[in-house]
Amino acid sequence: MALLKVEDISISFGGLRAVSGFNLELKPGELVGLIGPNGAGKTTVFNILTGFYQPQEGRVIFDGKDITGLGCHKINRLGIGRTFQNIRLFNELTVLDNVKIAYQYAGRYSWRHTIFRTGSYRRSEKEIADWALSRLEIFNLDGKAGEIAKNLPYGEQRRLEIARALAGRPKLLLLDEPAAGMNPQETMELLELIKWLRKEFSLTIFLIEHDMSLVMKLCERILVLDYGMTIAEGSPEEIRNNPRVIEAYLGEEVS
Amino acid sequence: METQTTTGLEKAKAVEKWRTHLFPAGLAILILLNILIFMEHLGFSIVSRYYKGILILAFINIILAVSLNLINGITGLFSIGHAGFMAVGAYVSALLSLNMGRWEFVSPQVQAVIQFPLVLLAGGLAAALAGLVIGIPTLRLRGDYLAIATLGFGEIIRVVALNLNITRGARGIASIPNYTSLWWAQLFAVVTVVIIWNIVHSNHGRAMVAIREDEIAAEAMGINTTYYKVLSFTIGAFFAGVAGGLLAHHLTFISPKAFDVLKSIEILLMVVLGGLGSITGSVIAAIVLTALPEVLRFLQAYRMVIYAGTLVVLMIFRPQGLFGRAEVDLTVFKSFFRSRTGEEVTSRPEKRGGNGGSA
Ligand SMILES: Nc1ncnc2c1ncn2[C@@H]1O[C@H](COP(=O)(O)OP(=O)(O)OP(=O)(O)O)[C@@H](O)[C@H]1O
Ligand SMILES: [Mg+2]
Repeated sequence: MALLKVEDISISFGGLRAVSGFNLELKPGELVGLIGPNGAGKTTVFNILTGFYQPQEGRVIFDGKDITGLGCHKINRLGIGRTFQNIRLFNELTVLDNVKIAYQYAGRYSWRHTIFRTGSYRRSEKEIADWALSRLEIFNLDGKAGEIAKNLPYGEQRRLEIARALAGRPKLLLLDEPAAGMNPQETMELLELIKWLRKEFSLTIFLIEHDMSLVMKLCERILVLDYGMTIAEGSPEEIRNNPRVIEAYLGEEVS
Repeated sequence: METQTTTGLEKAKAVEKWRTHLFPAGLAILILLNILIFMEHLGFSIVSRYYKGILILAFINIILAVSLNLINGITGLFSIGHAGFMAVGAYVSALLSLNMGRWEFVSPQVQAVIQFPLVLLAGGLAAALAGLVIGIPTLRLRGDYLAIATLGFGEIIRVVALNLNITRGARGIASIPNYTSLWWAQLFAVVTVVIIWNIVHSNHGRAMVAIREDEIAAEAMGINTTYYKVLSFTIGAFFAGVAGGLLAHHLTFISPKAFDVLKSIEILLMVVLGGLGSITGSVIAAIVLTALPEVLRFLQAYRMVIYAGTLVVLMIFRPQGLFGRAEVDLTVFKSFFRSRTGEEVTSRPEKRGGNGGSA
């Protein structure tokens, strides 16, 4: 059974049809890419999947449940985690707190424990901190646990955002241009990290990326969006040689 | 590079080790104050009526500032109607006290001790209810609707109090029993600070701070932002109501004038001066801003000029407030003890070798 099934979703902003008739089926464990020129509607698809926008037509089925129109935080709790194109960390907080916030609902204690600082509060807090630290370790960020998030170098901020998204223990991870602004070295490391994370946490990953070499190396299947419409879908090899894709990119190097 | 890396980790671990055991550092001051009050009860008159009055006001202002800080500083909402919630608490509790009647089965003193906290609680709950009623519709929207709504709410409460029979209009309510002793004021201030401190340092508090930092990211991390915004707003309103009740039973007279926009701004000033997001800052600022006009009394007419000037200068040189977002807590003593006893923060042996994560 498909983990995610998107049926014919469309959305318009004023007169602009940002996404029209978008379809997608993700099987558990798949790693699929979404590419397309600027303004093609890629981020808008993510925003619909995560509940930030309501589609005007179509349905989104996740894990056998219709999540169309469900609130953002509810969708996240059902198991869809995401990162943002323009990094959205909790900037003034420490690296550790960034991860704790995303984990918190899993280690919840009641108000009574909060106000009276009971043993249960202390235990839960310790458990949350230990867990968050162990998560940071995976991302090689534990050494920066006490640093303020906005002071991290750009590449580490991107990594922290992925760590934070994973702290909610999602089944499906949506990455919006994770390699944007990274140098080739960092991009290669990211590639390895994504592959490893997918295996380690048996994740299904759907990612938007402008860096073609990354997409081609990483994804098994690629969708190409142009003016809100899916103009091609297939293996990296098929996409590379698809004339419509080459046209959409106006002679840009697609390889 | 390596040393820098370990500091980051050690810092985080040190904070973690102490965080859950922290208590506001004002504890020492409170103990001293209690000795003072106790002496008073034994008949040693150390603190004059005048200073006692200022101390009570300082405690009430601490409750107001800390509770507004939960809304404005911790959750990042912008409320400017705290005086409105105060008014609700003040009127409800004052009217309850005046209409409670005499209980036959206990002495008047015992009745006061039982009745007073209940009456304050009722005032707080009424204010919380008011907070809920304006919070739910406005907080679902993003942006600064709350500022406008709370400003409007404050004015509505004032106008309602001016025009209702039960609140006796502009004449106000007089001869409210003088229940607010230094001890009560202190007790409620401490309870407020402890409760809000504990909320802020819990997962609920982290959710609120996340909303302040980035509401969209908070939603995407599974935080029900509407719930936490309304909650923070309602808790803040509750404590403002309690403070209003304390004030009513301290002044023994209330009128709508006491709860106008200026009062809201005065509370906001304490929060901004202390540092949005710092509870320690709010406490200190509440004390300083209560005492300052009194300290400057000898300047007579120039008093308010100096008062305002001090604030302007402070805001120019420290726009983030006295404390920014920092808290003073037991971690301050921690480094002290460490240097005294030579104890080291237990550093976990480095066990990381090849964990699968490259990067
Ligand atoms: N909330 C909104 N209101 C109005 N227009 C919007 C909104 N969100 C997106 N759009 C428009 O929809 C179109 C698609 O935007 P989207 O951000 O999805 O593109 P994208 O494929 O992610 O582009 P990029 O590669 O630049 O990130 C753009 O023309 C954009 O201006
Ligand atoms: Mg985009």
